[in-house]
Amino acid sequence: MKITGKNKKQKYSLFSIIKNSINNHENWNKAWRTPTPKKNYDVIIVGGGGHGLASAYYLASIHGIKNIAVIEKGWIGGGNTGRNTTIIRSNYLWDESAAIYEHSLKLWEKLTQELNFNIMFSQRGVLTIAHSEHELKEMSRRVHAIRLNGIDSDILSPQEIKKFVPTINVNQGIRYPIMGGFLQKRGGTARHDAVAWGYARAADSYGVDIIQNCEVKNILCNKDKVLGIDTTQGQMYTSKLGIVVAGHSSVLADKVGIRLPVQSRPLQALVSEPIKPILDTVIMSNAVHMYISQSDKGEMVLGAGVDKYNSYAQKGSFPVTQHMIASAIELFPILSKLRMLRHWGGIVDTCPDASPIISKTDIQGLYFNCGWGTGGFKATPGSGHVFAELIAKDRPNNISKPFSLDRFENGLLIDEHGAAGVAH
Amino acid sequence: MLHIKCPYCGLRNETEFSCGGEAHIARPISNNNLSNKEWSEYLFSRHNPKGIFLERWVHTSGCRKWFNIVRNTVTNEIYEVYKMGTIPKSQEGRITYKNSWRRLTKAEQSSIGKNNVKK
Repeated sequence: MKITGKNKKQKYSLFSIIKNSINNHENWNKAWRTPTPKKNYDVIIVGGGGHGLASAYYLASIHGIKNIAVIEKGWIGGGNTGRNTTIIRSNYLWDESAAIYEHSLKLWEKLTQELNFNIMFSQRGVLTIAHSEHELKEMSRRVHAIRLNGIDSDILSPQEIKKFVPTINVNQGIRYPIMGGFLQKRGGTARHDAVAWGYARAADSYGVDIIQNCEVKNILCNKDKVLGIDTTQGQMYTSKLGIVVAGHSSVLADKVGIRLPVQSRPLQALVSEPIKPILDTVIMSNAVHMYISQSDKGEMVLGAGVDKYNSYAQKGSFPVTQHMIASAIELFPILSKLRMLRHWGGIVDTCPDASPIISKTDIQGLYFNCGWGTGGFKATPGSGHVFAELIAKDRPNNISKPFSLDRFENGLLIDEHGAAGVAH
Repeated sequence: MLHIKCPYCGLRNETEFSCGGEAHIARPISNNNLSNKEWSEYLFSRHNPKGIFLERWVHTSGCRKWFNIVRNTVTNEIYEVYKMGTIPKSQEGRITYKNSWRRLTKAEQSSIGKNNVKK
């Protein structure tokens, strides 16, 4: 076990379950502390979602910085980390995106062991389907580009899709017939809450203070240098401030006069009542705007594209959901009698080129990690890993460099609308 | 679902409209005098407030005309719908228009829109 920091945790294992069962499970330690905020920190991360907690964890475990606080307005994993549809893949078109998402996927593959927390990572495959001749051709171009970057990707015919997913409708007479698809076998899903909890517990073991129910009211800085933050639990001082707040990035950037090319939009998802296993992979379709998988509890998990207007309301418009359900039923007629269990929205920060921002700013010591839009969950470990290095060394590495804010000035955009437009 | 009152057709469902994002971004005319940073502000930086927002919509499945609205991005309440080429009249709209950082950018100040807006 890797977790050997100053707040050593009891190891989760079969042995510890048996040991604790003798005491009716009353002696388990808290997974993380509830510390009183200190006055000074070496690094403060604003945002206790997956990306923020991962950043804090890697800052502590790789870069040896121990005096870190993670400030969370609500509770750990209560934001977009607990609202996404948990899909993980790395089949992106451009080299820059392939590098960061594949870096992330490699970290996912070892994460349960590294964190000693079962994140229920399941490489069940992610199948993206095409509904027209043109889409299929564009898809094969993407598949070849992806394979050149060493990422697994295979084209499937409608017959092969039917064999892989017996419940799917490959009838050519439907409104959007399936013409083919491509599969990333190493893609899949993970339990999103467990990712937040696992990172929180591991970061806490290195002495990272996780401060929940603490909202940042203002960013303190003199002319071009960050000094700290003013929060609902008082002022805290630091020379390095990392902001990882997804949909609220513009709100915090506004406090120091930084203009981000980011728009906050609602993204909706829903789950059905739990049913017996019928789908053991992830299906997504860019053309009909929906993606679907089945959780371990048996619920069908559905998501769609973002709503078309800016909003901070954490709820979207009904027609988006209706469209998503109509698409799902056409592809899976078996779902037509299924009832919906829960439906929710989260606020995602979308960028003009559908690629994230991992960047320094004009203010020394102020870093932003945002703009992940509709697809941040899959990047959680990779994003935290490179953002930690950016903060620790004050310079980006080869993976994070292309995602700097200055790409909007020099024109080196990473246009991933093809891979990221809808389905995540 | 939003219910939007098109200034030409009346109250319709959101599904008939498309959203065009932030309103009142004027194209700079003194193109050669702008730095990359100032161009970037015009092209990519967007006002993204948690609260009152001035935005453009188009009645795609109706009269296909563009117009502006004043909307609260937290409650989705629409305060005012007003025509292109005019500035908002409601108090919420007027304050937001005046206080927007964009009014101070060089791109905006060198734009034709500054003198062209009907008060």
